[in-house]
Amino acid sequence: MNTLTDKLLGGKQGAIGLAILAAIILIVLPLGLDPFRIGMVGKYLTYAFVAVSLVLLWGYGGILSLGQGIFFGLGGYCMAMFLKLEASDPVSTKIQTTPGIPDFMDWNQITAIPLFWQPFHSFTLTILAVLLVPTLFAFIIGFAMFKRRVGGVYFAIITQAIALILTILIVGQQGYTGGVNGITDLKTLLGWDIRTDHAKYILYYINAFLLIAIIMASRYILSSKFGMLLLAMRDKEERVRFSGYDVSNFKIFIFCFAALISAIGGAMFTLQVGFMSPTFIGIVPSIEMVIFAAVGGRMSLIGVVYGTLLVNYGKSVFSETYPELWLFLMGGLFISVVMFFPNGLAGIYTDLMKKFQSRKTKSVPVKLEVVAVVHEKTESEPILTSEPAGAKA
Amino acid sequence: MFGYSMADIGNIVVMQGFSGLSLFSVLLLMALGLAIIFGQMGVINMAHGEFMTIGAYTTVFLSKLAVKYDIVNYYFVFAIIAAFIIAFAIGYLVEFVLIRHLYKRPLDTLLATWGLSLVMQQIFRSTFGAKEVSAELPQWLLGAFQPTSDIEIPINGVFVMGLAAVVTFGVFLFMFRSRWGLNVRATVQNRVMAGAVGINTKKVDRVTFALGCGIAGVAGAAFTTIASTGPTTGSLYIVDSFMVVVFGGAASLMGTIASAFGIAQAQSILQFFMTSSMGKVTTLLVIVLILMMKPEGLFAAKVRK
Repeated sequence: MNTLTDKLLGGKQGAIGLAILAAIILIVLPLGLDPFRIGMVGKYLTYAFVAVSLVLLWGYGGILSLGQGIFFGLGGYCMAMFLKLEASDPVSTKIQTTPGIPDFMDWNQITAIPLFWQPFHSFTLTILAVLLVPTLFAFIIGFAMFKRRVGGVYFAIITQAIALILTILIVGQQGYTGGVNGITDLKTLLGWDIRTDHAKYILYYINAFLLIAIIMASRYILSSKFGMLLLAMRDKEERVRFSGYDVSNFKIFIFCFAALISAIGGAMFTLQVGFMSPTFIGIVPSIEMVIFAAVGGRMSLIGVVYGTLLVNYGKSVFSETYPELWLFLMGGLFISVVMFFPNGLAGIYTDLMKKFQSRKTKSVPVKLEVVAVVHEKTESEPILTSEPAGAKA
Repeated sequence: MFGYSMADIGNIVVMQGFSGLSLFSVLLLMALGLAIIFGQMGVINMAHGEFMTIGAYTTVFLSKLAVKYDIVNYYFVFAIIAAFIIAFAIGYLVEFVLIRHLYKRPLDTLLATWGLSLVMQQIFRSTFGAKEVSAELPQWLLGAFQPTSDIEIPINGVFVMGLAAVVTFGVFLFMFRSRWGLNVRATVQNRVMAGAVGINTKKVDRVTFALGCGIAGVAGAAFTTIASTGPTTGSLYIVDSFMVVVFGGAASLMGTIASAFGIAQAQSILQFFMTSSMGKVTTLLVIVLILMMKPEGLFAAKVRK
């Protein structure tokens, strides 16, 4: 294999893992499930985008963002605004006081489409907005924080506060954003009905292929020199800085990239589910996405996809049958993963493989040892970096 | 301005300012506990709000008992003490079972305590029901006094403020004037040296964490006098309290008081002139912007890095 494909696939082991994942989400699940369930899996896979972004940001970068829902939501809202404008043409909204504007604007006595909605008449501009708005927002946040060496728990708390601000803002500005219900009743994309079973399958496949492409791109980034620097920064930030690297620029880049990935997930969510609401932005969804990543394994790009699917499957099963048990389970999952399995499902898998292989042959593959060392590092070294004065013991 | 006369504006500022003071007192009590846990130990306790809820439910439960035995006028003092003791005990337990294994991984503590908060919320819901409940308040806490005909100041607000002042003073004495506080501060500054001179640092950690939780319990007891309690009451205040602690400068008691005051006042006065959501958004936004410019908070301890 030449180096590029090697980097994209992550070596022989990575390629096998990716092939298994692709086989499951591209063949096994679509064949085995009815259209309703496929829609649900598609929805969960959009969360997996966020989980993958958290692997880069949190697992490798050591930056815990409790506001990934912001970017997921911004991407989703951009897409939803386009679909909503398309759904509210003058003919189908002629019973309103002002035909041709989204229904919730009409209910809130707004008579013209606001200026910031105007770009969303164009599909090209919408795609650009989905990709650029969250990334720029992340750049502003990242620039302000990382240049001032805000990191660790402070970063987590501030991103959480921003998620809260955005939620309150969207809920409060009902006339412009659809309020707590969000943007609903989305029907067509460029005249193509997205609600049919057929469309759901097509969107599911687009989503799945995008996810695999993003995993490969992330692999490429992590196996490059930048990936090594990211790990080095997580474990000894000062030393990387003293070696002459501008740590904050790397952090800003990975934060923007993570925001971009989350935003694509958000846009795909809107397309597949047919609405977008502030419940996917706030503190609770943002932190739930962290648990998807934690369960799957914060160091494993493929593990987090399984983690996301598993947690959400559990959530739907339990909240249908025993709703009061679900919170206990979810809370218990948080605690036990953090305390006993810091590397999640992927960590358990690696440990099992290591045991299995060391029984077969005495020598342990080099690849696995690297993972093991990384594992120990996370446990013995505080991930908290560059905290402001006073917090440091 | 906004169609109000000058006298109206004066009255509004006094009354909104006062409702800001009640919010300030609850926020301060919450933030004091957090400031001890986060500022001194560096532990992020996302379940802090649930410890407040424990205190609130304790008070509600005792008030039901008080009604039964007809001692409504006296029970409240005991309720505050009981709220403290119960929250303290549960905090002690949580530190022993959970937190002490995670001191070296602050971000993981955040996740684990979030899990804990989910579990606790569900326990509240299963035990006390999903509906909000309120305590039977003693007669002397009800009503309001009117300095002028246009201004009404509720007595429960005054009481909560007094309580906050007493607790703050108590925390100050504990942290800066007692042997225990000396041990806590020594452990924070240099754990190894503190251990070497004979301080049981593990015990100090446990008591400090439990104390923070106990104060949250008192906050809960105070909270019952101004609003009713539900399973998720605590989680509504958690982000605000964290903002108070971070904004004030994590290790500074004065900073916590000042920022709780600033945030509460800004919120309640802005909420009158704008919609309630925009008032909150503006306040939080300003804090985030200030924190981006001054990440160490308002009153950072001057320490050579």
